[in-house]
Amino acid sequence: MSAQTTAPPEEELEREALKPSKDEGDSASWGARLTLALVCIIFTIPTLGLLISSFRPREDIISSGWWTVFTGNVNFSLDNYTAVLDEGMGTAFANSLAVAVPATVIPILAAAFAAYAFAWMDFRGREFLFVIFVGLLVVPLQVAFVPLTQLFNAVGIQSDFLKLWLAHTGFGMPLAVYILRNYIGSLPREVIESAKVDGANHFATFWRLIMPLSVPALAAYAIFQFLWTWNDYLVALIFMTGGEEVVTVTLAELVGSRGQDWHLLTAGAFISMTVPLIVFFALQRFFVRGLTAGSVKG
Amino acid sequence: MGNAVSAAIAIVLGVGGVLVLFWGLNAAVERLPKQQEEMLKPYVFVGPSLAIVGLFLLYPSILTVWFSFQTNVGTPAQEFTLDNYVYLFTDGALHSALINNLLWIIVVPAGAVAIGLLVAVLADRLKPTAEKISKALIFLPMAISFVGASTIWLFIYAWRPPGVEQFGLLMAIAELFGRVPAEPILQMTQFRLNNFALMAVMIWLQAGFAMVLLSAAIKNVPEDTIEAARIDGASEIQIFWRVTVPQIKSTIVVVGTTILILVLKIFDVPRVMTSGDFDTNVIANIYYDQAFTFGNRGRASVVVVALIFMTLPFMYLNIKRFREQEANR
Repeated sequence: MSAQTTAPPEEELEREALKPSKDEGDSASWGARLTLALVCIIFTIPTLGLLISSFRPREDIISSGWWTVFTGNVNFSLDNYTAVLDEGMGTAFANSLAVAVPATVIPILAAAFAAYAFAWMDFRGREFLFVIFVGLLVVPLQVAFVPLTQLFNAVGIQSDFLKLWLAHTGFGMPLAVYILRNYIGSLPREVIESAKVDGANHFATFWRLIMPLSVPALAAYAIFQFLWTWNDYLVALIFMTGGEEVVTVTLAELVGSRGQDWHLLTAGAFISMTVPLIVFFALQRFFVRGLTAGSVKG
Repeated sequence: MGNAVSAAIAIVLGVGGVLVLFWGLNAAVERLPKQQEEMLKPYVFVGPSLAIVGLFLLYPSILTVWFSFQTNVGTPAQEFTLDNYVYLFTDGALHSALINNLLWIIVVPAGAVAIGLLVAVLADRLKPTAEKISKALIFLPMAISFVGASTIWLFIYAWRPPGVEQFGLLMAIAELFGRVPAEPILQMTQFRLNNFALMAVMIWLQAGFAMVLLSAAIKNVPEDTIEAARIDGASEIQIFWRVTVPQIKSTIVVVGTTILILVLKIFDVPRVMTSGDFDTNVIANIYYDQAFTFGNRGRASVVVVALIFMTLPFMYLNIKRFREQEANR
């Protein structure tokens, strides 16, 4: 979407996206209401069923449907959660945080410097270099895995975490530069000019003026990148070879090896979803913005 | 605990390192004569990001193309070959996966856009609170990982032999009608039915994304164009197809292609739900197996080259759109 919008319309977009329309609405026919209700129910039931099941004892889950709790078959406990935490989900949860937080924070600053230069500095090759970033937005990450594995070996990087931080920093960079440049480029020219008149150099302008003004875009990108790295499976599968695991990998392994142990799978899946869901509910506004701005990510 | 400490150190070193790097480079160019300073400074600001994408994306892309012409990649016996391309054009399993990918890139973007559009249009007519809640419910799956979503839907598709009480929702519904199939849905290879069961997961995940963007576009459609059609006696459905849809066409295209690019590389869902068995394999999974299970990096690279070729049109479109947008600035 952002491909056609610069930041201010995008901001409008995001503000309106999850908000109700300005005109009071309520012109829906009963057919429309019914259809919408049906779609909402179909979309919600899978998650709801998982959540309810995660509190039911092992025998109950596989002997009766989760919907029987509504007819009195209630026998809830937290046992599944304790069991799956012992199966490695607890460690994996900590590992996911240790991967996702640095992988989110590190690329932002470098991207912001580049975005400022692309937006407000004149230099030869500016458009050509930026087009490289635009083109790389859709490059399949698969291009990088084999070469990077060799590179990490050649340089002697041992830490799985370091590999993942570096890989996610590299993979997230085109989007970061793209989003931030669109936003920074839309700041009013007078603000930048007035800083110059006051004698501030580029570094000072960037640090004291651009960064504080760009907080909304920085936050939007940060949330998007955090969810991306937290939910990533493929990159972790390839670069975490030293025995540590993140939640997605642990969950996928549980599915593979304990596919019939639904008490573990339901609780495990829900643990893996907690952080994204909290982020979703708390920061919906920013999340939507990251999404609208990031819709060309490859 | 150790992880938390090392993560904290990484953040401090990463952010601090980047700051020191920029500050140092900046200080260095400021010592130069004014003219050279002005000339070099942009490259100081752009340099680190460019170096990162160069090292992590550009250089690997070139290497991948090179590897696709090599055998025994990474060993002393590495040499030129066209065998990988013979594999690409003749391997039956790979072609079966390509057919699946083709189905994926048609069905998922279409399904997600259709549902997203339906919800966007209908919710627009509700009271504000009802609109907000219904949109949030459709949007919520967006936050869930592909692996988590796969687990959720495995539970929906869970199957037990006919006669035993079903605990998977879909089979329980089938049981109501007395039609529990003799095999699980994910093993139904006829008409590649099981593939559609996997695609449903992805539609469920992406419909919210489509809805958010389409809803914003619909709200930007000028009210007077709709009023005019209404005065002319057009029905609501006619208004939708003849007035609204033409005005949001570009958003539909952007949303559709964005989902298409995502789906082209679909990996997690088939990997977790079926391991690519029962004719559900996809090219990203073949890539993974060639590269990291069988260690055949030449073949893995040729699969990626095919993927790159498929994304080239979209790369071109993105760049073209960017140029147009720059021209209008």
